[in-house]
Amino acid sequence: MQLWMFVVLSLVKVVVVLVIFLTAVAYTVLLERKLVGRIQNRWGPSRVGPFGLLQPLVDGLKLFLKEDIIPSGVYRPIYLLAPLIALTCSLLSIAVIPFGASMTWHGMRLFEISDLNIGLLVLLCVTSIGVYGIALSGWSSNNKYSLLGSLRASAQMVSYELALGLSLVGVVLRAQSLSLTDIVKVQAVHGIASWNIFGGGQIVAFLIYLMAAYAETNRAPFDLPEAETELTGGYHTEYSSMKFAMFFMAEYGNMITVGCVATLLFLGGWTSPFGDLIPPPQNLFVHALAPLFWFVAKVFCFLFLYIWVRGTLPRFRYDQLMGFGWKFLLPVAMLNIVGTSLVLALL
Amino acid sequence: MHLVLFLIFALFALAGAVNLLLQKHPINSALSLIVVMASLAVLYLLLGAEFLAMAQIIVYAGAIMVLFTFVVMLLNEGREEKTWGSKTAKTIGLPAVVVLLAVLAATILRAGRHYGMISLSDGVTTIQELSKVLFRDLLLPFELTSVLILIAILGAVALARKDNGEA
Repeated sequence: MQLWMFVVLSLVKVVVVLVIFLTAVAYTVLLERKLVGRIQNRWGPSRVGPFGLLQPLVDGLKLFLKEDIIPSGVYRPIYLLAPLIALTCSLLSIAVIPFGASMTWHGMRLFEISDLNIGLLVLLCVTSIGVYGIALSGWSSNNKYSLLGSLRASAQMVSYELALGLSLVGVVLRAQSLSLTDIVKVQAVHGIASWNIFGGGQIVAFLIYLMAAYAETNRAPFDLPEAETELTGGYHTEYSSMKFAMFFMAEYGNMITVGCVATLLFLGGWTSPFGDLIPPPQNLFVHALAPLFWFVAKVFCFLFLYIWVRGTLPRFRYDQLMGFGWKFLLPVAMLNIVGTSLVLALL
Repeated sequence: MHLVLFLIFALFALAGAVNLLLQKHPINSALSLIVVMASLAVLYLLLGAEFLAMAQIIVYAGAIMVLFTFVVMLLNEGREEKTWGSKTAKTIGLPAVVVLLAVLAATILRAGRHYGMISLSDGVTTIQELSKVLFRDLLLPFELTSVLILIAILGAVALARKDNGEA
């Protein structure tokens, strides 16, 4: 295939995935407001459009039209750079995530921007760089609440990254590969029975990943970086208009990415839970769309759980959070690695 | 294609390194260092060392530099004062750099004749091959290095504790 064709097709894929991803981000916000509303026995947004479905559009327009205030005491270059870093890192990780069956057209993969041997490492890479967006925003704002929020956030993200990374090792050991496509293929054989979370025996790793991921994305019950009662707004207190929106989109984008990764690593990716019980459909169209359906359904369930947890659990205290990460999650993750290696070596 | 990418990111690395020295604010220098490390990661990737490239970003750009920025943020050091340096640095600085570069280049070129070289368009070394070397052929040196790092960590903790035994 020629170079120009590769470039054009890649650009098309990037644009399509980006548009879908940003729409998903907007509607995750609506989903959260709706669900938290129902948990608190109220309706949530219901006025704009049928069932409030147009609310994200109006919210976006509102943020776009708001006055953009840059406080006078900030360190300008970094103050402007920080939201860009946060949003870029949030959008970057979607590039290595495969959404559907590996179908190719003229040698190009259709349901994935790029298939890398080291997809999982790239995801960890992007997460580790994402810390800078938050750390720098809090420091450059020249506001004590922002600084406290960003210090909390970065310390929390750096600490829980360890547990997060170690919880994935069991999955890698089982698949013997860091490629996300290979990891899904290992789980594809017997449907739900061969998913890593059940048949693969990685349920402990899944629970560690779940908790570490909540801390990584700074979401309840680990949302101390933006604890309103103590820190007014945390690291993005001094940001307004589109710059605030960038942090907001980065947070929800990270939520979706975490959901995608959990789906790929533990819940069998795009494969159907019934495995070979249902024969593969003959129709090419259904054959292409069924994996997409399963993938989106699994990510949706994960996001639902995310919001459910936020609606029902109280916030941790900061020392409890750190103690939990270092003294409980990390040792358990290491034990899981030892256990998985022993089982794989002996069987 | 490889050469074009190499030139771009080598330029990035050099520009970041020069900027690191010229900037007056410590946080700008720290950010330039991150640019240097990320560009180096891309150069490793161009040479086919995919695992090394990712480890470079995760460990250096992601973990160690976060520590650096933390220290800068917490100490909140002001701007540096610009000086014209010492006389010794001016007189022997440039010759010393040239000599150092020459020695390094000679050593690397001589080593290249023994162990072979890789070029830009060579294939990727997969993580499976790498782990075979690390965990089978070079297992003892690899584990010894990790013990060495562990000792360094323990030493740092022992030095950082103020009162002996308690706390």
